[in-house]
Formats: sequence, C-alpha cells, structure tokens
Amino acid sequence: MKGNEALAEAAIRAGCDAYFGYPITPQSEVLEYLAREMPRYGRLVMQAESEVASINMLYGAAGAGFRVMTSSSSPGFSLMQEGISYMAGAELPCLLVNVNRAGPGLGTIQPGQGDYFQATKGGGHGDYRLLVLAPASVQEMADFVFLGFTLAEKYRNPVLILSDGAIGQMMEKVVFDQAPVPDIPKPWATVGKPAHRSRNYITSLHIQPEQMEQHNLRLLEKYKAMQEEVRFEEIATADADYLLVAYGLSGRIAHKAVDVARHRGLRVGLLRPITLYPFPERRLAQLARQVQGMLTIELNSGQMLEDVRLAVNGRVPVRHLGRLGGMLPTPDDIVHELENILEVQHA
Amino acid sequence: MLSDTLPLAATANAAAHEGYEAVYSRPATLLSTPMHYCPGCSHSLVHKLLMEVIAEMGIQEHTIGIAPVGCSVFAYEYMDIDMQEAAHGRACAVATAVKRLMPDRYVFTYQGDGDLAAIGIAETIHAVNRGENFLIVFINNAVYGMTSGQMAPTTLSGMKTTTSPCGRSEALTGSPLKIAEMMAQLPGTWYVTRQMVANANAVRRTKKALRHALEAQQLQKGTCLVEILANCPSNWKMTPVESMKFVEETMTQTFPLGDLKLEGRLCK
Amino acid sequence: MLEEIIVAGFGGQGVLSMGMTMAYAGMHEGKEVSWMPSYGPEMRGGTANCITIVSDHVISSPIVAEFDTAVLLNQPSMDKFATRIKPGGLLLYDESNVQHPYYNAAVECIGIPATALAIEMGNARLMNMIMLGALLKKRQLIRLSSIMIALKKVLPEKYHHTLLQNESALRVGMKIEGHAHLLHQD
Repeated sequence: MKGNEALAEAAIRAGCDAYFGYPITPQSEVLEYLAREMPRYGRLVMQAESEVASINMLYGAAGAGFRVMTSSSSPGFSLMQEGISYMAGAELPCLLVNVNRAGPGLGTIQPGQGDYFQATKGGGHGDYRLLVLAPASVQEMADFVFLGFTLAEKYRNPVLILSDGAIGQMMEKVVFDQAPVPDIPKPWATVGKPAHRSRNYITSLHIQPEQMEQHNLRLLEKYKAMQEEVRFEEIATADADYLLVAYGLSGRIAHKAVDVARHRGLRVGLLRPITLYPFPERRLAQLARQVQGMLTIELNSGQMLEDVRLAVNGRVPVRHLGRLGGMLPTPDDIVHELENILEVQHA
Repeated sequence: MLSDTLPLAATANAAAHEGYEAVYSRPATLLSTPMHYCPGCSHSLVHKLLMEVIAEMGIQEHTIGIAPVGCSVFAYEYMDIDMQEAAHGRACAVATAVKRLMPDRYVFTYQGDGDLAAIGIAETIHAVNRGENFLIVFINNAVYGMTSGQMAPTTLSGMKTTTSPCGRSEALTGSPLKIAEMMAQLPGTWYVTRQMVANANAVRRTKKALRHALEAQQLQKGTCLVEILANCPSNWKMTPVESMKFVEETMTQTFPLGDLKLEGRLCK
Repeated sequence: MLEEIIVAGFGGQGVLSMGMTMAYAGMHEGKEVSWMPSYGPEMRGGTANCITIVSDHVISSPIVAEFDTAVLLNQPSMDKFATRIKPGGLLLYDESNVQHPYYNAAVECIGIPATALAIEMGNARLMNMIMLGALLKKRQLIRLSSIMIALKKVLPEKYHHTLLQNESALRVGMKIEGHAHLLHQD
C-alpha cells in the first residue's frame, strides 16, 4: 500500500467522521482514496474550494464534536496556517497531515523537510504548538493516524503528521491491527443547546488582555503536559561514539548509513525523533555525554539542527548534512561525511 | 438583569409587577448581556429579530449559529444558542461542515459585508453553489464598522470612507458588489431577499424573511440568503435617524429591496 | 537475502507496475518489501523509475544509490543507472529501446529483445512482463505463482482478462536465456 493510502485507510479505521481537503501533489491519493471509500461508511468527505476552506470546514466539524482530518502538501499547508492557529486557540482536536515537498514557493513536488520550522514552532500567528508526529514508514503513516486522533482528543489540540513526498508515495507492507480510537465525551461541542445547560461557543477571541493572558497560560500548561508524549527510536546507540539524528525519510536513509558505517568499523548510532514536538531533548542531552559529536541528516538547510544544538547545549559539536530541492542523500553520502568528520576529529 | 438597570424597559419580569401585563419582552433566546453595538445600530435589532424567530419556532435546542469577524464578532455573547466564532470570511465553510454533519439542525451564518463580500467571497460562492442548506444573514452597511470606517466591497460609488477619503472611485476599486443579485443567479439558492430595518414595516418584513428562510431549512432545498441593509451612524458620521433615512433613500437606490428568488425561482 | 532493484524507462512502458508486482509478490511470500516510485510529471511520458527492495530482514532505507539488479528500458535510463550497479550485479535491458548498452566486466549485462517479442505476441505492452520473466530466471527471487497473485492486485480489474497473456509473456521471458545476447565483455 502507498503511504498516502495507508494513512487514508487508517483514518477510516480509526473512526474519522469527516475529511475535508483540496488536491495537491504529492498527497492527492488521500483525498482520492477517501472520496472512494469513506461514503460507504456513511462518513463525510468533501473536496473544498481551497485549503483555506478545508481547514475552516475542519474547524466547524471539530467544533461540533466530530473526529476530523485534512491533508495537504507544503504550499497548500501554508494556506491552512490561519485556520490552524484558530483551531489551536479554540482548542479544537483535529488531525492534520502535511506531505512535505521541497520549497520555498511552488518549489517542486519532490520530497522535502523544509517545513520543519513551520510544523514545530507553531506555523501560523500567535503563541501555540502542535503535536508533531514524523512517520518514517508506510506502517507508521497508518499507526500515527490512530495515535494522532488519540492525542488530539486527549489534549484538545491539533496534531500534525509531518510526512514527505517519498513516504507518501512509496509502498510497503502495512498491518492494520488497531481498534478504532475510543470516543471521549465532548461536552463543549456545539450541537444545539438543550434547556439544561448554558450555551457552548467555540472561539479563539479573548479581547481583554487579562483574559487572553490567562488563556495563553492555560495553553502553556497544556504544552508542558504534552512533553510526556515524546517518542523516538534509537538504533545502535548503546556503544555509539558518534550519533546521527534524522527523522522521517532521512531517518530511514540514516539507518542504512549506520549499517554501512558499522560494517566499516565506525561506532555510529542513530536517534530518530518520532515526535518533533515535543522534541527528544532530554535523551539527546544524555547522549551528548556519551558521543563525540552529532550529525543531523535533513532534507533542508539545517532546521532540526537548531533543536539538536539547543538540546546538546554546546557539549559536543553538532553538524548538518542536507540535500535540498527534492534531492535525497544516499547512505553512502552520509558514510563519506561521517568518515570525513571522524578523520578530522581524530587528526 | 436588564430589568434592574433599565427599569422602564418592559421585560418578562414585568409580569411579576402587580397590575401590569407583559406585552413585549426580550426573547428567551437573547441573553441579557448589554450589547456593545453603537447607539442606533441595526445589529442589535437584527439580533433580536433573529432570536425572536428562533424562540417562536421553538428551535433554540436545534440551532447552531456561526459568528463572523466584524462588528458582530461577539454575536455569541448575546445569542443564547450554541455558536462558533469563525475566522474572518470563513463562516460559510464552517457552517458547511456543521450542517453537513448535523443535517437535522438549523444552521445560520451572520456576516457583514467585509466578511462575506470581500475576504470570504470564495467560501460564500462555493457554499451557495453547493446549495448548502443553511441561512446566510448578510448585514450590508457599506462600510467596515469594527475597524472604524474603511471602504467595503458594498460601499456606494462616491461614498467617503477612511480609505476612500475622496469618495469611492469605481476606476480604482470597482462598483458596489450586489451580493443578493449574484447569489440569486446560482442554482444552489432557494430563497434570496434583500430587506432593511429602517422603519417599522421594514422590520416586520425582515422578521418574516428570516422566519421564511429558517423554515425553508426543513425542506433541504438549498441556501437561503437574507441581505439586510443596515446603518452605521458612527462611521457614516450621522445621527441614528439620519442614517436610517440614508439607508431608506440612498442605499436602496443601489441595492433595491425585495425578493430576488423564491422557491428556487428568480423573481422578475 | 537482500535484493535492491531499479526499473527505469519511459512512462507507459509499465516501469512502475513491474516494480510494484515484484513488491506485492515478495510480500505474498512473507518477505519485507518496499517500492519507491519517481513521481510527478515524469509519469506523463517522461522517464519513470522505481526502486523495489525485497529482503528477508527489515528494510532500512527505501532509497539506495547502487543496485543489485537494474532493468533498463530506454537509453536515458541506461545512461543514468548502468554505472550504479554493484559488482556482481545484473543488468537487463530492452534491446529495442536501448541503442548503446554499457559494458562492465563486473556486471552481467544481458540484452533482451523484449519489445520485439511482445509485438510478436500481439501486444507491445507485454514487454515489461517479458523483462520480468527474464529477471525471475536469472535471480531466483520470487516464484512465478506469487507474481501471478500480485498481478491480480496490480492490474485494474478491467484488465484481468489479460492475466493469461501476462503469464505467457512471463514464461517467454523465463525461456529467453538461450538466445539472449550476452554482452559479458570489457
């Protein structure tokens, strides 16, 4: 199954009530798959007139208490940022998917990781965070839909699956063995006001600065609580004296590089962040006491690099190897870079 | 309570007073929160009409309203129904999802001219073209009220605003957008009308139009749009009376009143 | 077992479906598989390629720079990928569409008259199956029966009446070794 299709199928199985989207390469399979499959289950799927409309339809549906999802790719996802900010402000759970392509601007339709900053630092206006999951396989594209809905509803916060063109388009084995995400009560939803309760309203507006600050502080508490959701994968770190850090597709390529490097006698390990927010900073700080240095592999000019450096806090040098514009590094490129770095460090 | 601060206003509480009979009261669907609207503004009147209709139809429990960005951004502070506050211009997209997922509910958007006719025109046209089965209450006062009097898409030609200080120039900014006429052309609309609230008869007609539009939702026949010509005494720099006169005598020249579409058929 | 395969050619030659068929068939046999296509405008008449990996173990990177096997169906693909085959690897190319094959002593390089044979069979689109048959013969990767099961998934239902034809093409490819044009030289 293609990554995009696995994600779409998982959405149905997880109990997604409604999907709103707009075509854009390389994620159109999600909308196509759901347009074909979802109505069979009596669920709603709509092709909106724009990404701006999609995200606001999501707002309306989430505000009425439904489990909702949208997906897009970089230029389209930029268009959604306003609505995402409103949803974060109004504390509406939803699952967002950005199948990252290389940019800026219209860029190319080939895979990229240039939206890391946008994904992990908020993305739209205002002071907010999304929970960000970075799948590295078709299986994770499916699994993170279940996880994403669960976390979104637990924290009443938008969750973003930050994928990329390659993970979206590639095919791998995928097993669907998860039960639908259990429904939790949403007493805040706007479904019509019965006589026994006061009205519900969904808003991100708090015009009094005192109230706005209180709201901001409450969100901040939530983001602190979200820190316990940090997830990552470690490959061969136990005895590693050098560490690769890479997520998503780059994480897969780096994994192979670890295999090749180990074969050549280099004691290299890999930390693959699965949640990009919260970021595995504590574990990286620990590993900084063990390794001589770190190298981030990214399909951008060095974005996660900054978070790794913050986590490591100057203890070891952190370098970056990136390919841009939709080009991909090969495992050999990474091993060459490693050999160069380690040679210099030893010399 | 309103009755405490304004003892002269007739409210439901009046019934409790010995020897008095309540002949007029705030509808139960309208909260007693003092409104922030300027004195003489049409918004408060239209809020009341809409809430009266909802109370009279007995659909308070089944109605969800979508508030815009603009002067009526706080509509949910006054209307005692479940509501969502949409981003600027996106009310029709929000309402689309709410109504599609809960087709048995009554759904309306309440939008001004900047919200609906400028930044939200795409969402509006597409929702209407899909025949979304909700009511759009469109308040057209030809100006951006909340941001203090800038030009709107519906500003009359030659009308002065803070961003058209020499009067709206058609060469630079086009002519007033006739939303009701535009939307009536789309097959998705079931009922399109333009009303005003500048005199007692007009108020009664507007209320009737709102009721007709909400009742039509049971038919599942398409979008209903009630455009209401409204005043903006503060930004027009007029007294409330002058502004109502301006609506009646001047605005209606550009925006003629009446039904444009009934039961899915254009009126001619 | 770990086999990293590239299939490359023009859009419309069945490049992507050939790789996908191998991936599905491998999955059917309980192997780990990945299929990574080039996508986008390339799919519409330009060059297309896909990397299929079949392995007994978990696949780390779905993207690799060097391949165990390359199936190259046009000259641009030959120009791009012939030098990226591992020593001891296999290069199969379609003789009708590749005018200038590369010679490499470390690689077994075999030209297959796949297009010509497919036309002989009355359907030029069977070319990819003939190539796949030749590959199956050279590399005992996957069983023919698994390929047939995979084809049912890869081919849209409206083409299921061609399954027998596809099987014949696979068998033609599997017999080809005898009269294949060997380029085993420097």
